[in-house]
Amino acid sequence: MAALAIAGKDLRTEWRTKESLNASVSFALVILVLFSFAFDLDREELLAISGGLLWLVYAFAGALIVNRSFARELPNDCLDVLIASPAPGWAVFLGKAVACFLLLILVELISLPVFGLFYNIHWAGSIFPLLLVIALATWGITVVGTAFSAVTVNVRLRELMLPVLLYPLLIPLLIGAMEMTTGLLNGNAVLSDIRILLVFDAVFTSLSIYLIDFILVI
Amino acid sequence: MRAVAADGVWKYFGDYPALRGASLEVAKGACVALIGRNGAGKTTLLRILASLSKPSKGKIDIAGRIGYLGHGIGVYDDLSAIENLTLFGRLAGVSNPAATAGAALEQVGLSRVKEGLAREFSRGMRQRLAIARAFLHTPELLLLDEPFTSLDDRAVAVLQKLLSDARSRGSTIIMSTHQIREAMELASDVALLERGRMIFAGPRSSEMLLDPGWLYRTYGEIKE
Repeated sequence: MAALAIAGKDLRTEWRTKESLNASVSFALVILVLFSFAFDLDREELLAISGGLLWLVYAFAGALIVNRSFARELPNDCLDVLIASPAPGWAVFLGKAVACFLLLILVELISLPVFGLFYNIHWAGSIFPLLLVIALATWGITVVGTAFSAVTVNVRLRELMLPVLLYPLLIPLLIGAMEMTTGLLNGNAVLSDIRILLVFDAVFTSLSIYLIDFILVI
Repeated sequence: MRAVAADGVWKYFGDYPALRGASLEVAKGACVALIGRNGAGKTTLLRILASLSKPSKGKIDIAGRIGYLGHGIGVYDDLSAIENLTLFGRLAGVSNPAATAGAALEQVGLSRVKEGLAREFSRGMRQRLAIARAFLHTPELLLLDEPFTSLDDRAVAVLQKLLSDARSRGSTIIMSTHQIREAMELASDVALLERGRMIFAGPRSSEMLLDPGWLYRTYGEIKE
């Protein structure tokens, strides 16, 4: 209940301000368009890098979303009130992670057709396995990102610190997601690496829930 | 019955000890005026009691739900007054959060602007919204950090009424303040911090009420 209230609050304030959504959508679209002009690749080469390209865009766009997650609580000392409230720390964390997940999924769903259009890649045939990969990998990005958003919330250079901490940890998740996405976009319904995403999500969700009180109260 | 027990609490910020073995016991239903000069450690102690900060050493024991009013107002600028209080009601697990929020806004005189965004409110209105937020879930322990500072007359009256109601319900109140005369009128107990040490903690006496400077003159100025 408390987690849903936090998620609802974050989505509502984001919808009113659009402070991270505008930045993230613009960034994803601009990078996709720029890359399409920057590389002169034949179809085979393009298909070979398609998963990597898509997930690099999603990972960078995701950092813009999760960066605001706990930073949103700083004006008026709202973070203090959340921590002092009877709501447990894990509920606050989960609420924020869910809100980031939904926002990043929205950014990904907006940019996926643009990706297909500019790179002439047909993803509709493997939409369901692709959505499964996107959902699992996006949860991994948001759960780790939200945890590091809490770690860096009081750091002066948090916009720089968060990516520095986040991307090294995301490497196994991103490699798995990139390989599976490339396979799916090439017409090979390969979901052999799905276990990597499932294990990554389970480990980092449990770890973040366990550690969040130690992170927030110092 | 004890509502709060702090035993030998130390808090370091780097090498600097903001609290040096401060101890405080507060009985259920008491109203404690936590006084001390700037930098004495009042805010640090209140933040530790509110679970916003961990003590470097020492033990804390708190009974009951906490209502906290710190230096920031703790409300979201991009939510309306009713949305803010409904959210905090949900987080506190109150039954029927929307109705509770509506009643709280009525109490602080903001029911006519309940749909207005907090960012559009005047300073006084925002302060009253913050007060309503802190008292919303009828907490057993109220931790108030300089609650009367820069409040307008109306907000002072609202806060005094809510404090009086809370006391009659049996809630425990700990409030830090520099307005000693006003605090002494409300307080049943007094705690004096100086340079991180609790140099007096006990019932408010008639001398304290008649002469706000008496406590500092009698117990203050630690000689290092």
